[in-house]
Amino acid sequence: MNLHEYQSKELFRAAGIPVPPGEVASGVEEAVRIAERFGYPVVVKAQVLIGGRGKAGGVKVVGSPQELALAAGRILGMDIRGLTVRRVLITPSADIDREYYAGLVLDRKNEMPLLMVSPAGGIDIEEVARTSPGKILRIPIDLRGLPPYRARAAARFLDKDPAIQKQIAPILTRLVRVYRDQDASLAEINPLVVTKEGKVQALDAKVVLDDSALDRHPDLAAMRDLEAEDPDEVEARSKGLSYVKLDGSIGCVVNGAGLAMATMDLIQYHGGKPANFLDIGGSSNPEKVEAAMGILTRDARVRAVLFNIFGGITRCDDVARGLLVALDRLSVRIPIVIRLTGTNEKEARELLSQRGMIALSDMDEAVRAVIARAAEAA
Amino acid sequence: MSVLIGRHTRVVVQGITGRDGSFHTRGMLDYRTQVVAGVTPGKGGERVHGVPVFDSVEQAVAKTGANCSVIYVPAALAQDAIYEAVDSGIPLVVCISEGIPVRDMVEVSAYLRGRPSRLVGPNCPGLISPGLSKVGIMPGSIVKPGKIGVVSRSGTLTYEVVWQLTRAGLGQSTCIGIGGDPIVGTRFQDMLALYEQDPHTSAIVLIGEIGGSDEEDAAQLIRRSITKPVVAFVAGQTAPPGKRMGHAGAIVSGGSGTAQEKMARFQEAGIPVAKTPSEIPGLIAAALQPRRKAKLKLVRKPKRAAAKPKRATKSKRPAARRRGR
Repeated sequence: MNLHEYQSKELFRAAGIPVPPGEVASGVEEAVRIAERFGYPVVVKAQVLIGGRGKAGGVKVVGSPQELALAAGRILGMDIRGLTVRRVLITPSADIDREYYAGLVLDRKNEMPLLMVSPAGGIDIEEVARTSPGKILRIPIDLRGLPPYRARAAARFLDKDPAIQKQIAPILTRLVRVYRDQDASLAEINPLVVTKEGKVQALDAKVVLDDSALDRHPDLAAMRDLEAEDPDEVEARSKGLSYVKLDGSIGCVVNGAGLAMATMDLIQYHGGKPANFLDIGGSSNPEKVEAAMGILTRDARVRAVLFNIFGGITRCDDVARGLLVALDRLSVRIPIVIRLTGTNEKEARELLSQRGMIALSDMDEAVRAVIARAAEAA
Repeated sequence: MSVLIGRHTRVVVQGITGRDGSFHTRGMLDYRTQVVAGVTPGKGGERVHGVPVFDSVEQAVAKTGANCSVIYVPAALAQDAIYEAVDSGIPLVVCISEGIPVRDMVEVSAYLRGRPSRLVGPNCPGLISPGLSKVGIMPGSIVKPGKIGVVSRSGTLTYEVVWQLTRAGLGQSTCIGIGGDPIVGTRFQDMLALYEQDPHTSAIVLIGEIGGSDEEDAAQLIRRSITKPVVAFVAGQTAPPGKRMGHAGAIVSGGSGTAQEKMARFQEAGIPVAKTPSEIPGLIAAALQPRRKAKLKLVRKPKRAAAKPKRATKSKRPAARRRGR
């Protein structure tokens, strides 16, 4: 689960990491009222759960209420890579002297968190890693966390001034603590700035939480901003489906994540374009299939739907039953191609044939068939 | 023959009284796996499908000589279940549970370092050695005894590939799903080394997917030290960056972990990469071909055979000749 910048900053502030003051507004007037309290210039920052908002024009420094109203009006409602901006963060403009990077990720290879710091702040860390890998110091975080001596070493790597190092070291220790205690999979300060007055602050903040750990953090789970996510993905999650929207025309309903990816790939291989990733899970029930069909048929770009079910734990007849219920309840006008193999395949075929539907048993054959049907429907 | 599990495997099911545990215990018994014990704290003395239930793994091991554990407990309890199995001296621990927090697995990983237990999973379908033993949830109906080792990060995609191999007459020595999480106990490299040592495995199918760099590491290892033919497949070519594709570990982040990159690494290492699952049986058959040809040559051209009769007849690893180091 991705947190907004303002939510991430709340976590940082609570952990003792200095962050500049800021408040969130969802309308222009509210934004102006907040800015009056801080005094101009202020920065207006789009709160959207995707990167690249700066490049998209979602961040603006303004010097007056008029400028602010104009900028906030333009940013609120703006579409950034498919997501609508519903809130802006208003924060006093900082006098930046130099900027750094500090972030924690999971190092999958070494199976432990990794702290990365870099004097090249304000740019994508991946970009830095590609162009100047020597500018990144990597510190593996073992069960001890970040011992103070390593925090001091990292601070020295970033800044020459001992007074600044003294501020940076505890920030890094606290960042490691936030990552661990909140079960984050990413905790990033970019940039970590030194102001002209010699103060170190987290000017931007990004926290991604481990979805699997949200059960033990009800306070964090409550931060989920459903409005900021794709509504279909929100519905899918509530129904226990794993769904990602893509931009093709062939919908697919698959059991298992690996098979679902392979199905998307096969659609592209045979010349089609997948409309989504959708995993109905292992022990699927008819309701899930119905929910899946509902989501797919709402998408106007979907011209045909492919069911690809390999029965193991999933019983093919359960899926067939769910599909038939869905067809009864929804008005489905697009062609459906079904591929079934495995557990209770025979029963499933009987159920479907009573409605005049035929299930194929080969994946390639089914993919070619659905592409052909989609082309006819176009 | 097989890798990791076989006739000798005596299974204890952790979480045997739960819905999944009980259901899959039935499936393992039907496959004639030796399921010797179950564990659910507080339910010692009960029986599930005739299998005795104990309060702890330690008791189960003492009473039944279990040497393999399979875990079906809810994700929140899985870390403790793994610790209990490891501390009871179980050499092979297979964790099926899905949705374990990453932090729990970071701790498990650190604990396992230097300890003799091997963990398979979590978030995996387990293993099956056709005709011998099944530990986990893979359907027994799709496998067939043979010489292909199959290792995969996925569940149903593994079934798909195994089923296509079986239909093509290519049986399997052992099929294993290593799990779709960012941190798993057994990786591709571990399985490749085990298949390499197994005299009854003659070729390997590796099914990878987006996320992480295990496939890249596997490609390097194969180039360095695997002499048996390997055929690879990577799922997720059409996956958009930054989105998790069902599996917790299946995510392209910061432009790395893409299917394209992984496929390129395999190709650079001289490993055939299947473009679709249905290409896999053909590539495996082709990879096994030269050996048959060599044998034929032996019959037809006695001169050449005379020059190296020992290598052709004695060597149990003829693939080593084809693939340079």
